[in-house]
Amino acid sequence: MEIFGVPSALLGSQLLVGLINGSFYAILSLGLAIIFGLLNIINFTHGAQYMMGAFVAWIALNKLGINYWVALLFAPIVIGALGVLIERTMLRKLYKLDHLYGLLLTFGLALIFEGIFRDQYGISGQSYPVPELLQGGVNLGFMFLPIYRGWVVVAALTVCFATWFVIEKTKLGAYLRAGTENPQIVQALGINVPLLITFTYGFGVALAAFAGVLAAPIYQVSPLMGSNLIIVVFAVVVIGGMGSIMGSILTGLGLGLIEGLTRVFYPEASAVVVFVIMVIVLLVRPAGLFGKA
Amino acid sequence: MQMKKLSTLACAAAFAMLSGAASAQVSGNTVKVGVLTDMSGTYSDLAGAGAVLATEMAIADFIAEAKPEFKVEMVSADHQNKADIASNKAREWFEREGVDAATELVTTSTALAVMKVAKEMNRITLMSGPGSTPITNEQCTDLAVHYTYDTYALANGTAKAVTQQGGDTWYFLTADYAFGQALERDSSAVVTANGGKVLGSVRHPFPASDFSSFLLQAQASGAKIIGLANAGADTTNAIKQAAEFGVTPKQALAGLLMFISDVHSLGLQSTQGMYLTTGFYWDLNDETRAWSKRFFDKHKRMPTMVQAGQYSSVMHYLRAVKAAGTDEAGKVMAQMKATPINDFFAKNGRIRDDGRMIHDMYLAQVKKPDESKYPWDYYSIRQTIPADEAFLPLAQSKCPLVKK
Repeated sequence: MEIFGVPSALLGSQLLVGLINGSFYAILSLGLAIIFGLLNIINFTHGAQYMMGAFVAWIALNKLGINYWVALLFAPIVIGALGVLIERTMLRKLYKLDHLYGLLLTFGLALIFEGIFRDQYGISGQSYPVPELLQGGVNLGFMFLPIYRGWVVVAALTVCFATWFVIEKTKLGAYLRAGTENPQIVQALGINVPLLITFTYGFGVALAAFAGVLAAPIYQVSPLMGSNLIIVVFAVVVIGGMGSIMGSILTGLGLGLIEGLTRVFYPEASAVVVFVIMVIVLLVRPAGLFGKA
Repeated sequence: MQMKKLSTLACAAAFAMLSGAASAQVSGNTVKVGVLTDMSGTYSDLAGAGAVLATEMAIADFIAEAKPEFKVEMVSADHQNKADIASNKAREWFEREGVDAATELVTTSTALAVMKVAKEMNRITLMSGPGSTPITNEQCTDLAVHYTYDTYALANGTAKAVTQQGGDTWYFLTADYAFGQALERDSSAVVTANGGKVLGSVRHPFPASDFSSFLLQAQASGAKIIGLANAGADTTNAIKQAAEFGVTPKQALAGLLMFISDVHSLGLQSTQGMYLTTGFYWDLNDETRAWSKRFFDKHKRMPTMVQAGQYSSVMHYLRAVKAAGTDEAGKVMAQMKATPINDFFAKNGRIRDDGRMIHDMYLAQVKKPDESKYPWDYYSIRQTIPADEAFLPLAQSKCPLVKK
């Protein structure tokens, strides 16, 4: 059977691959959306933090003998702690200033981090093996699905929806949202708002590192892996609506699918399609698909 | 009055003689070699700091061996793979810093830009890193040397060997820019000429990180061989993901441009059995081993063909300056073209009229993990491709300098 001249099996497999990539977009744009929504910081270091998550996993495996499963927790904690340090010592001083200052600071930090890793490890990258439990694949009839890729979708979506749940449906999330709306009053109610903000940044960064560990067995762990991805992820956040939690998750998945389809019908355009959509969305709905104008 | 006129004349004559004498020598009594390369981007592992080190080694060895009366200096800069940065830097070097030769120049676009500036300023370019054939064809100049490899030689080595060994149906995964397209075009021609068939190709954006969609299309094509017409991180990611999606080992991959740095970073597990064409391998013979060990001691990595070629080209250039007794570009180039190259890198290498340095190329196969006995023991050399067969025949050259 063919759909628009493309065998349906090929189409099905491309949609699945799109969903896998969409999960990466979703988890990365979620971190960005949280940081922007609650801190008003455009976190340009996000790509570098994703890259460092992957590197921490690689270093942990090769130098410390820490396996993949532990690294899934270990790398986000290490990089999240680094994020907390950055927030405490640097970002905090910029909250009162224009967005642009935060953007410049985080952009500069991203370049520094990338430079350090490039100097240490070169550019070709390191190989991270797929953990034994997730090796191999299943034949779905229309495609061969590597088990690891299936795991990526499950893990990323679980973390995404858990995060959404915590922020939108729990008391802690309510404090957070209130703290960003009106810090003085929330502080007056006895809640340590600065601490809350610090941990929010740390958590957003930890999400990036988590995505990095998920990515390590798929891509070469290389200093540039983050900067290749981050621009697309920013476009995802803009399309979804800056600061919208659910918006960023759904947009991430949706754009992954659209990108997957583009790769079948017109592969040359697959690098641009996200940005074309961004332009259209900005023209029609400047606040983004899920943003509040 | 008469007296004064005479003395002016005498002065002028003396001055003219002086400057005439100087032009037959080395300007400023210093030969300056500029290394313009990718120090931080995609190609920095295969060229980059290693190419700078190779140049330093060449200069030190030349001074020790030839004890020249002139000084030899080196400058280096990062061209970031951008043609405008490369040509501006080269112009600054030539105009203000007295650089005699711009070298390395990985990434074809930077090489073509610098060749033009160098020709205009009457300076030499020595290119080890860039790959495309227009350098010695449509855009050739009489002051440029393309030293290590090119897309024709790669296709002619890898695509030919793989097709002849039964890999007769091909599907290309091509980086969507000049280099990738050139590589696909050259390889397709070789596949067809050897009785194979090209079933199709997919152009992926450059750079890309996720190749799963493209690999699935290649898988659906049913071709025996998937030709990777890309380089660097694109190639390594594609290879890694091909194994993940079960594309290999059912279908085989042919990396049309692979460096030892790529094999090193991917590991033998995912690269074993692949064919590749290279201009140099460190473990060929005692001479290559001796030089490469020296390089390794300083760089902690074995040299790529680009880095080894960089050493050889700079050495050949400096010897030519000494032999010609001048650093004037035309005379040095004549000397370089008249002298065969015999060192650890090339045996009886020579520079043709179109600027192509021709030397033996090697068809290598990546070893299985259990065949590799010591660090960096990665290749089995399957075939030596003689210099005369490895590169585009002069009869087919589009370079206007070639007399037919």
